[in-house]
Amino acid sequence: MKEVTGLKEIIKPENLAYRKSNILTDEIMHYCPGCGHSTTHRILAEIIEEEGLQQDSIGVSPVGCSVFLYNYIDIDWQEAAHGRAPALATAIKRLLPEKFVFTYQGDGDLAAIGTAETIHTCNRGENILIIFINNGIYGMTGGQMAPTTLPGMKSSTSPFGRDVKSMGNPLKMTDLVATLPGTYYVTRQSVHTPANVKKTKKAIRKAVQYQKLNRGTCFIEVVSNCPSGWKMTPTQANKWMEENMFPFYPLGDLKIPSEEPDLNSKTGKND
Amino acid sequence: MERELRLMKGNEAVAEAAIRAGADGYFGYPITPQSEIIEYLMEADPYQRTGMVVLQAESELAAINMVYGGAGCGKKVMTTSSSPGISLMQEGLTYIAGAELPCLIVNVARGGPGLGTIQPSQSDYFQSVKGGGHGDYHLIVLAPASVQEMADFVELGFDLAFKYRNPAMILSDGAIGQMMEKVWLGPQKERSTASPAWATTGKTPDRKRNIITSLELDPNRQEIFNLKLVDKYNEIRKNEVRYEEFQCDDAEYLFVAYGTCARVCQKSVELAREQGLKVGLLRPITLFPFPVDPINNLAGRVKLILAVEMSAGQMVEDVRLAVNGKAPVHYYGRIGGMIPTPDEVVENLKKLITEL
Repeated sequence: MKEVTGLKEIIKPENLAYRKSNILTDEIMHYCPGCGHSTTHRILAEIIEEEGLQQDSIGVSPVGCSVFLYNYIDIDWQEAAHGRAPALATAIKRLLPEKFVFTYQGDGDLAAIGTAETIHTCNRGENILIIFINNGIYGMTGGQMAPTTLPGMKSSTSPFGRDVKSMGNPLKMTDLVATLPGTYYVTRQSVHTPANVKKTKKAIRKAVQYQKLNRGTCFIEVVSNCPSGWKMTPTQANKWMEENMFPFYPLGDLKIPSEEPDLNSKTGKND
Repeated sequence: MERELRLMKGNEAVAEAAIRAGADGYFGYPITPQSEIIEYLMEADPYQRTGMVVLQAESELAAINMVYGGAGCGKKVMTTSSSPGISLMQEGLTYIAGAELPCLIVNVARGGPGLGTIQPSQSDYFQSVKGGGHGDYHLIVLAPASVQEMADFVELGFDLAFKYRNPAMILSDGAIGQMMEKVWLGPQKERSTASPAWATTGKTPDRKRNIITSLELDPNRQEIFNLKLVDKYNEIRKNEVRYEEFQCDDAEYLFVAYGTCARVCQKSVELAREQGLKVGLLRPITLFPFPVDPINNLAGRVKLILAVEMSAGQMVEDVRLAVNGKAPVHYYGRIGGMIPTPDEVVENLKKLITEL
């Protein structure tokens, strides 16, 4: 391979636009081009690094596209059965209360098979963070209808579009958990533009800091895309998401602390 | 807290023994006939006594997955339930076995299928010893026959679970859970502060990240893992068989029975001997591993073997495999929550003897 002349001179710290987080492993991510998972993984890894939490983090990965999340972020992990991540995280946090404990789950995992675990974990106010990736479809199994699939939206098990009369309505889990007294911070974000990535990163950082206060469950929904499952290019998928997903799942905070607590925590520089 | 003699229900003995064994966590869901376990634990406030966490989950499904999470942290964690709840836990148990995590499950069994009855039964034998959930795996299964053993097997179960990184089950029934007997409780042990090397306790710079998982997409590697499990189960079969013989030395006829049925058959042995029949009892204490060799050895010396159980004939299959044709093996049992009486067991044996 031809050596790029002067590469070392070009890469100077002051010229660095992006540095890969040390918490991200060198494993090649298996995600499809344009998928929101990899971006969300990246900012999660950055937060863990910036907050100095590598030694104190225990993540619970789901069943779904992000099942191999434990290959990408260099912390201790437990891989849960489909939908059960909040139950694992409940026990982990109660037995190791000083650790930063979080789950990372898709919409099939969290809003269908794991609905009971999600609601009761939030209702008990378990002091964990739940990151909820909502792309309105079962991605890993090949694009079947999810609990979050929009009315009229096509999938491999709603080939003529979701007929709400026979197939039921999409479930807004984030709205639901925001009504529970056990949740402390509930927000809905996205990662499809640099500005939205910054907002989501800020939300995750807040949740990390809130967990130290022991005030209840933090719940972050990331409305995301599925170019492969939606059968679109990444650009088309993001446009479709803005035009169709966001009106149904509007971005923004659903529940914030009544008084912003004094966090006294170091903040990262990449926000 | 010192060694102590108490009069307790089997269920209460499990709860107190768990605190004294230094358990770190209990996650459960109420179900008859074992709800006294979580009630006792809530009232005993073990968090104040030892720091033990007790939590009532929203379902047995959540409870067993909490056990999974706690076990993954290297903690001594347990759950208890009864048959319908244990069925719900099978998903978690196969994941726990697949992730090679130690934990303790207590089944205070009742009659099924379905909602069935709340009376005692041994009809969960197959589910307990053959795997229960999907995939090739085994639990280590202990069968107590007294309130004392309900207490003792808590610590034994934890020890075996950690020795082999495998879930252990105490397979009891509603009779042993509900009956009161005197029981010696061991002194209070301190909860362990050490963590196994594989536990998820936060990745430190001196080690690679720990990943608790049962997932392997490459069939070559999955087969290697499955073979490792097979080796482990064979090691358990070699090392951990436990059983008790009662009046077997001169026996011409043999009962094989565990748990409540072993208590019944002990009386049946006495009654039969009063009538001049030389009968013995072999009581399996571990159901997995099953006491294959001890049964096979006795089979060469007796005329007839009668497996007595509160199921439609489950353990009798393992007895037949162990006997391997050396002697005729028969089954007698009561089902649906009924318990055989010592007399009816003897009558059944006498009938079989006349047919020899």
